[in-house]
Amino acid sequence: MKKVFDGSVDYYQVMDEQGNIDMSLFPNELDDSKILEMYKYMSLARAMDAKALSLQRQGRAVTYAPMVGEEATQIGSAIALRKDDYFVPNFRQQGVFLARGFSMDELFLYFRGYEEGNMIPKGKHALPGAVPVATQMQHAAGLAFAQKYLNTGASVIGYVGDGGTSEGDFYESLNFAGVTKSPLVAIIENNQWAISMPRGKQTAAQTLAQKAIAVGIPGVQVDGNDVIGVYKVIRDALANAKNGPTLVECITYRMSMHTTADDPTKYRPQEEVDAWKKSDPIARVKIYLTKKGLWGDKKEQDLADQSLKAIDAAVEKAESFKGDPASMFEHIYSYMPDILQDELDAATASNFWQTQQQPPQRENGE
Amino acid sequence: MALMNMVAALNNALDLLLKENDKVVVFGEDVGKDGGVFRVTDGLMQKYGEKRVFDTPLAESMIAGTAIGMAAGGLRPIAEMQFAGFMFLSFGQMINHAARYRGRTRSTITLPMVVRTPVSGGVRTLEHHSENPEIYFSHMGGLIVVEPSNPYDAKGLLIRASHMDDPVVFLEPTKLYRLFKQEVPENMYEVPIGKAATIQEGDDLTIITWGTMVPVVKNAVANKKANAEIIDLRTINPLDEKTILSSVKKTGKALIVHEASLTFGPGAEIAARIAEKAIFELDAPVMRVASPSLPYPYPGYESFYIPNEKKVEEAIEKIMSD
Repeated sequence: MKKVFDGSVDYYQVMDEQGNIDMSLFPNELDDSKILEMYKYMSLARAMDAKALSLQRQGRAVTYAPMVGEEATQIGSAIALRKDDYFVPNFRQQGVFLARGFSMDELFLYFRGYEEGNMIPKGKHALPGAVPVATQMQHAAGLAFAQKYLNTGASVIGYVGDGGTSEGDFYESLNFAGVTKSPLVAIIENNQWAISMPRGKQTAAQTLAQKAIAVGIPGVQVDGNDVIGVYKVIRDALANAKNGPTLVECITYRMSMHTTADDPTKYRPQEEVDAWKKSDPIARVKIYLTKKGLWGDKKEQDLADQSLKAIDAAVEKAESFKGDPASMFEHIYSYMPDILQDELDAATASNFWQTQQQPPQRENGE
Repeated sequence: MALMNMVAALNNALDLLLKENDKVVVFGEDVGKDGGVFRVTDGLMQKYGEKRVFDTPLAESMIAGTAIGMAAGGLRPIAEMQFAGFMFLSFGQMINHAARYRGRTRSTITLPMVVRTPVSGGVRTLEHHSENPEIYFSHMGGLIVVEPSNPYDAKGLLIRASHMDDPVVFLEPTKLYRLFKQEVPENMYEVPIGKAATIQEGDDLTIITWGTMVPVVKNAVANKKANAEIIDLRTINPLDEKTILSSVKKTGKALIVHEASLTFGPGAEIAARIAEKAIFELDAPVMRVASPSLPYPYPGYESFYIPNEKKVEEAIEKIMSD
């Protein structure tokens, strides 16, 4: 007998729960202004998340998947992306959209139930959110392949949850990226719960990062509530992407429900949630910034006020949008087939559309 | 012009497409050195290099899913699924994503991609190698579904499909790959998508068919010396309703012939449209000839399953006696 393979997975943490930094891992290019930027985006993402949840509860948004608790994974990775890099989200990456310059009114328009909020403006390098679990990783792999083929120098981040790692599409996409050496960074946003299924029941694998080993690519773990650690690991993976893909497991926690249709108290002990509160991704950066004299109550209050103002303006804009049902028909093919035109004509001629309600909409001046 | 069978015509189309646009990539299982299990991609890797014509790992959902990502990233992928029965493993990617991307991003992301796959039976092969999947991909909307019945159309439709900014499911009847040759221009040309071909004019009866059933219908009509108009649909979705209705209004009789199984088959959709829009011009009930409503059998029984000339001739007799 001889050993033919040996594998291991490293775990990274750069900033601990008390805001202390491991200088041996600290990315030198990160100055305080960049850390402040991360803090502000994480705070804004949390405030936006709370607003979206509240809109859903008021009947002003469709079913919503909150991201509270996962800010460091999303903002740390988004800030690590370079100008031309792409991201391919699942359905919970609102923070990534924010940090990549998508406007909040587009996001709120999507939360309101309109595909018009799903548009990817020219020059923005992303694919829209994807709801069927892990299927988007195949798109991320293909998009990464295209970057290599076209020699753009850009890389692609694909996001998947812990539950998604059980899907065949997850494995297939990593396998493709590995064998074609495509510039893909696959991020597992491991928030410990796939609706009611805990991470421990999802797989017998000790880590999710080790799934990289099966396809012959590097896999690492990082404290997903450590925005500096996430940034460092993703930035290193992106820098190495020209040589091939990396799988990064970000260990974080879903502080809220899977979606607004879910009640986690049915299957999840409150003690577990309380324990994770101690490793909150925003609190530790606040301690760090405060210790350095860069942050204080006044600044916190100002940021909260600004965020709320920006959020309210975005909601107002999103809620003033009036959908045109004809747009359903107009974006299916590159041309309008006769049979679809007939259906559109029949629909516009009939009284049916006039009798239907749009989702709640803001009246002028309200 | 050159005499080509369907395999040669498709190979020629891919060659021209690869030459025309360096964003075109051709990939799938065994399409490289091996040239595909039916040799449709024969010689293309040798000619254009492994960067543009390449073998993928064996995973159909991945072939479709990465094609979506490539198309979103500016390439024009032409992917091959080895057999239609295996393509069902990519059904989620095709239906959840390929079909919806344009709509759900309001045309800000479009997918210029073609997924080719051999379809239909009659060649005595293994299980899951003879499926007729056109209705599955046509039903929801968002995917263009094309199925040629001769070398000329195969080449022109594939070129058209690759030039379009839509996801196209391109179905190639295995039985017709090498059944006959035809004069095919060697240069680039397009056959329109969404447009049926009236391959024989007639006054007494309209027969609507496609794929493997086209030669069967032609023989049956010749045997019966029927004055039938034969429409080769070529594009299953979006359906060319106009050509069907104008012919049926002329002849007053409609017979639909397909290899896909009967129940909820494509013939049901065509018959319903004729009933809705031309019923007062009909002088006989719409008839369908199709395979039985059961999964495609193992080849020992396939000749008892696929409609043949006799079955079509009986249907012609019946509809003409009404």
